[in-house]
Amino acid sequence: MILKAAPDNLLVSCHHLSCAYGDNVVVSDVTFSVERGEFVGIVGPSGLGKTTLLRAILGMVQPVHGEVGTVKGVRLGYVPQVESVDWNFPVTVLEVMVMTRPQRRVLPRITLAERRDANEMLERLGLGGLGDRHIRELSGGQQQRVFVARALFHNPDILVLDEPTSGVDVRTRHEVLHLLADLHQEGISVLLTTHDLNGLAAHLPRLVCLNREIIADGSPREVLVPDVLERLYGAPMHVLEHGGMPVVLDHAEGAVIKPFRPRAV
Amino acid sequence: MSVTPALAADLFEPYGFEFFRNGTVVAVAAGALCGLLGVFVVLRGMSYIGHGLSHAVFGGAAASAVMNFNYFIGAGLWGIVSGVLIGRIARRRILGADAAIGVVTTASFAVGLALLNRYGQAKRSIEAVLFGSVLGVKNGDIVAVVVVGLLAAAVIIVGYRRFLFSTFDPEVASVSGVRVSVMEAALMVMLSLTILVTMRVIGTLLISALLVIPAATARMLTNRFSSMLWLSPVIGASGAFLGMNLAYHTNTSAAAMIIIVCATAFSGVYFASGLRGKRRIAALGHL
Repeated sequence: MILKAAPDNLLVSCHHLSCAYGDNVVVSDVTFSVERGEFVGIVGPSGLGKTTLLRAILGMVQPVHGEVGTVKGVRLGYVPQVESVDWNFPVTVLEVMVMTRPQRRVLPRITLAERRDANEMLERLGLGGLGDRHIRELSGGQQQRVFVARALFHNPDILVLDEPTSGVDVRTRHEVLHLLADLHQEGISVLLTTHDLNGLAAHLPRLVCLNREIIADGSPREVLVPDVLERLYGAPMHVLEHGGMPVVLDHAEGAVIKPFRPRAV
Repeated sequence: MSVTPALAADLFEPYGFEFFRNGTVVAVAAGALCGLLGVFVVLRGMSYIGHGLSHAVFGGAAASAVMNFNYFIGAGLWGIVSGVLIGRIARRRILGADAAIGVVTTASFAVGLALLNRYGQAKRSIEAVLFGSVLGVKNGDIVAVVVVGLLAAAVIIVGYRRFLFSTFDPEVASVSGVRVSVMEAALMVMLSLTILVTMRVIGTLLISALLVIPAATARMLTNRFSSMLWLSPVIGASGAFLGMNLAYHTNTSAAAMIIIVCATAFSGVYFASGLRGKRRIAALGHL
């Protein structure tokens, strides 16, 4: 829905939002908002509301209770999970970009202006010269960048990403993180979901911890603490500090991980 | 090497017959039309839909014949309703598209069969619908195929980007303001109309092959959606033209020969296109 009366800097708002699939409530009584210029990550266990909350914000899931919406005039740029993309589909990078633009002429040719705009955006994201490549011929980082470029092609007020580092290697994860940080520096607001606590969430300015309902909302230092993590994941977890940032150990307290020793040959 | 006059006379002999000229025109138009719509069928992983919808239309054709109702209107409405129903059931994700097609279309086919057995001149009607009769086409059939072909081409050209977006990435298309369900319904209606007007040419049993083979062959030849949209109709039309001529000279079924020619082209491209082409075809999950 479109929120009509809202403060100038508000982009997205959820008010006592609940969503369910049949009898299974996956988002319960969630109230939070995203303001212009923010960089927010929604973290939590798989299957417990992150993607559903994002889909509700995008208007793809209808709430069973409460309100969710964007402020009137706010443009969303949505980047789906790379794992959901059919990489064998016969399209080039340029076609992926331009398909989002309305077809203003009868014949569906890509106009010179569209080609120029798309190439400028690709250049900006470090994809210059790749417009005529098939999407499968790109590296993991380049593939993710293409879909960010497509979302940015509409000059969105906020970029919405679903698990941007899911199914990608460490190098691609770094690339995505730096790209999003650069875009945020340029003034673009970002809202994403992630289950990657150390690789992505710990680097963000604000985290919303979701396990059907909001468990905590704050900076990584405030929310990535044992008490919150135990309530979030249902198991005690250790948190260390490294370089001024929290590092969550991905094993439960008490579990003993034996050091790896290569077998003697 | 020059073609001898005797050979040329042999090759052109069938064109002396009006039924063959009409049959060739309608077969070429049907091949191009099925090739065009087949691109969406193949890329959406719904190759079974042609098979299913043709069976559904059979039910409508039978009901129309029994009730002395106009074939195009009766079978057409029946096919369109079946197509939209399949789309709806599949989108609710309780059943996969293949299961939805199986349920709706086999039930429709069974109804048609029962109606013809009980009330109709069963054998003749069933054979005509199942195997097609390209050499018995009338002017009305030619007009129907050409009109639906032009209509489908116009709709796809005008809605090109929305069709591409909703086929490639329906979720993001929906968020971006494309009415995905409308695009899907439009495709289903065009597909139902295509099957309706080409069924009397190719027949229920072989029409799904004409929807799938040219598009799958085109997919191996190109990595561009826009190129597939002209390559696939060209392959379908060429296969129909060659198939018609070969059928005349070998005295075999025209519909069967059209499919054999298309399948031969598919095999040739499959073996000639190397690993890259085979990967592309392997990626078409539901073929």
